[in-house]
Amino acid sequence: MSQSIISPAIISPATQIDPNYNFAYLNEQTKKMIRRALLKAIAIPGYQVPFAGREMPMPYGWGTGGVQITASILTPDDVLKVIDQGADDTTNAVSIRKFFQRTAGIATTLNTSTATVIQTRHRIPEQKLQQGQILVYQVPIPEPLRFLEPRETETRKMHAFEDYGLMHVKLYEDISQHGHIATTYAYPVMVEDRYVMDPSPIPKFDNPKMNNNPALQLFGAGREKRIYAIPPYTKVVSLDFEDHPFEIQAWDQPCEICGAGDSFLDEVIMDDQGTRMFVCSDSDYCQSRSEVQS
Amino acid sequence: MNQPLFSVTNLSKKFGKTIACNDISFDLWPGEILGIVGESGSGKTTLLRSIAGLIKPDQATINYQHKNKTLNIDQMDEPELRHLQRTEWAFVHQHPRDGLRMNVSAGANIGERLMANGWRHYDDIRAEAIKWLEAVEIDAKRIDDLPRTFSGGMQQRLQIARNLVTNPRLIFMDEPTGGLDVSVQARLLDLLRGLVRDLGLSAIIVTHDLAVARLLSNRLMVMKDGQVIEHGLTDQVLEDPQAAYSQLLVSSILQV
Amino acid sequence: MFVAVKGGEKAINNAHKLLAETRRGDTSIPEISIEQIEQQLSLSVDRVMSEGALYDRLLAATAIKQARGDLIEAIFLVRASRTTLTSFGYSQPLNTSEMQILRRISATYKDLPGGQVLGPTFDYTHRLIDKNLEQTNNFPTAIKAPASNEATPHVLGLLSDEGLMEQPPTDTDAEPNDLTREPLSFPADRDTRLQSLARGDEGFLLALAYSTQRGYARTHPFAGEIRFGKVAVEFTPEELGFSLELGEIQITECEMVNQFTGSKNTPPQFTRGYGITFGQGERKAMSMALVDRALRAEELSEDLVAPAQDEEFVLSHCDNVQATGFVEHLKLPHYVDFQAELELVRKMRAEQNVNQNQTREAAE
Repeated sequence: MSQSIISPAIISPATQIDPNYNFAYLNEQTKKMIRRALLKAIAIPGYQVPFAGREMPMPYGWGTGGVQITASILTPDDVLKVIDQGADDTTNAVSIRKFFQRTAGIATTLNTSTATVIQTRHRIPEQKLQQGQILVYQVPIPEPLRFLEPRETETRKMHAFEDYGLMHVKLYEDISQHGHIATTYAYPVMVEDRYVMDPSPIPKFDNPKMNNNPALQLFGAGREKRIYAIPPYTKVVSLDFEDHPFEIQAWDQPCEICGAGDSFLDEVIMDDQGTRMFVCSDSDYCQSRSEVQS
Repeated sequence: MNQPLFSVTNLSKKFGKTIACNDISFDLWPGEILGIVGESGSGKTTLLRSIAGLIKPDQATINYQHKNKTLNIDQMDEPELRHLQRTEWAFVHQHPRDGLRMNVSAGANIGERLMANGWRHYDDIRAEAIKWLEAVEIDAKRIDDLPRTFSGGMQQRLQIARNLVTNPRLIFMDEPTGGLDVSVQARLLDLLRGLVRDLGLSAIIVTHDLAVARLLSNRLMVMKDGQVIEHGLTDQVLEDPQAAYSQLLVSSILQV
Repeated sequence: MFVAVKGGEKAINNAHKLLAETRRGDTSIPEISIEQIEQQLSLSVDRVMSEGALYDRLLAATAIKQARGDLIEAIFLVRASRTTLTSFGYSQPLNTSEMQILRRISATYKDLPGGQVLGPTFDYTHRLIDKNLEQTNNFPTAIKAPASNEATPHVLGLLSDEGLMEQPPTDTDAEPNDLTREPLSFPADRDTRLQSLARGDEGFLLALAYSTQRGYARTHPFAGEIRFGKVAVEFTPEELGFSLELGEIQITECEMVNQFTGSKNTPPQFTRGYGITFGQGERKAMSMALVDRALRAEELSEDLVAPAQDEEFVLSHCDNVQATGFVEHLKLPHYVDFQAELELVRKMRAEQNVNQNQTREAAE
């Protein structure tokens, strides 16, 4: 099977820092402000902490929240991995990785278990995370109640008062119209029995991985200027009904490259005849399994 | 029971220089239906919205009896108040679209209060919704339809079902038959009277329509220019009005 | 055999090279200089400084060059650059009544102290394409009056003296909110709203302002005064305790006079809508003033009926750097979410097929 996966070197070593910028782009004032917001977020799991997000040199909606968090927590010894849609080599992941190589000069990796900080858009790696690792999510719309109640003044009250009936109205409506809950990604969760949280647009397949995870999970929404967090070993439960329990996606076949039967699969269209191939969306997981086999 | 369920003392509310409610006091006893009548601009809707916690009066003491405890509504925190509003209390708006979620199904409208109160079994929620649809005489087959496909009268009945599903003890109604034509009004009034009696509800109903007040309420308060000008048993007020304005009101309406 | 899409890094690098090449255009034509942009596309520079929230003409000109003339892209470049700067404090409030006037007009008084000064304006030009501009070095010379020492008091101040104008808010000495330090939260105070509008997109504010004129929250506006000129920026270092002049900047200020019929507490009087931009930005300053006034509906007990009065709607959507980012992020891969939806739609269709087949069998 021919594949043009990037070089197998586990760590790309530290590079030269662009002298025009402070370490990791942000000035130290800004990093302090973000770290304070992060500490508050960790202290109140699932609660959205407002922070004065800055304009970053990539557009809003392209991961500026995640980038600001990563920039604020990086140390020169960190090893960074960046994924988008589960893959290290999608264009935006490449762009963000290069940004930190240029402004922080840190080592980078494609390997999940080697990384100390992983910035992600839309996926949680298949490989189990370890204590000490930090997963930074890019979040477009942090407010799980937003499409039910557009007003910020009202949604903040709903969180404050634990007034979450509306969230289940949405799930009820799914079942009554479709026979089952039709939310497939950005599936809302309850954190530590208190705050309803949007897990960012990860597929619901990844939701169970958030629960009791040994790694620290940080969420950054740059445009909406919110930070939230799930500390290690925190209870995270996907919302559901007793008689319509939460369930994750399943595929009829394993990955056609590595044979994995437990990973999220992307569908790739092979030709104009409708031929399709299903492969792991997590490129590191797929590659490391393939290497073991060959 | 020897205590009022709900009691209001010295309630005042101004909008700018306009006095909407001036120093109003009254009690509501368990199982009682109080009608508040008056023409538009008399302050009756402001009074209702103030005592139901939807707007803040400038001044008032409002007490509510809850499990042998007196709750002081005007001093209450917003979360507690909201909890009360979605459990033991109900509010029926004049326009159904103010009291319904128009973009979700009838079943979801009825189920919302249940889910807000912790119900997490879909089939149970649905069964309860069907029970209440039937109680307000809406075909259970319409459970998955959006309220906007309903007639005005059906929407109002759906709003009532949505409110009664948590078995409230006290229901506030603002011109519940306001926007409906006469034959639909009569049917809704019958239904309301039956429900209130069967469920042992206490209610405060604001209306400009003395016929509605006569049919539903035990006691009447007549309001004019933010003041209560007459207060008594419904039959008494209607048959022998004391205040000149009440006399005028009664004579002008009861001739029809 | 199919090769999954890989090698994004190489593609990106090449795309960026191609972008640089396209920006330069035909190399037989001389390259445009930063100074040329700063001098000859000065209104572009002004807009980029305003919405980029950074007064630096050469930086803005460089951004315009790098952005190939796309002003929102240039604004974005300036904002990102602003992020790297360390804040060392706030200037004194600008004293705009001491402005060295380059243009000053009022639509409410024919003549007034300080006079009407037309200055460099497109107003009253016939919008005929000037073929002379195809050649270079061909322009008329204007006759310039000597700088006047006459004071130019604010028009709205004249109305205030008569008691017909609402009183300006009292100066509380409280530090105004700063959106670049504190995130936007609702309800927002007027200082926050004004800062947000000043950074807001000209086109968005223009459309909202226009909507108020067409009846979506009418405010009966008059252009009380529009002034453009130079003002000094002063800063008081803590160590010194007195203010120093840092330099001069050009700004445009617009004060709208709006009719107000009065409320239960207030007699009829005129109210104010305020707009300000860096450089010459009349369209933006006027739009901002109209929207500022519309957003005061609640404070003035007016009916809330239109988008321009809704602060959550206006402030959440007026920033073009945020807006362009989120709209354009739809270009990013969404394979995973799309896959999840695809799987769901297939499942639902399959269920529907089964149901229909069962119904058909039952019927047969």
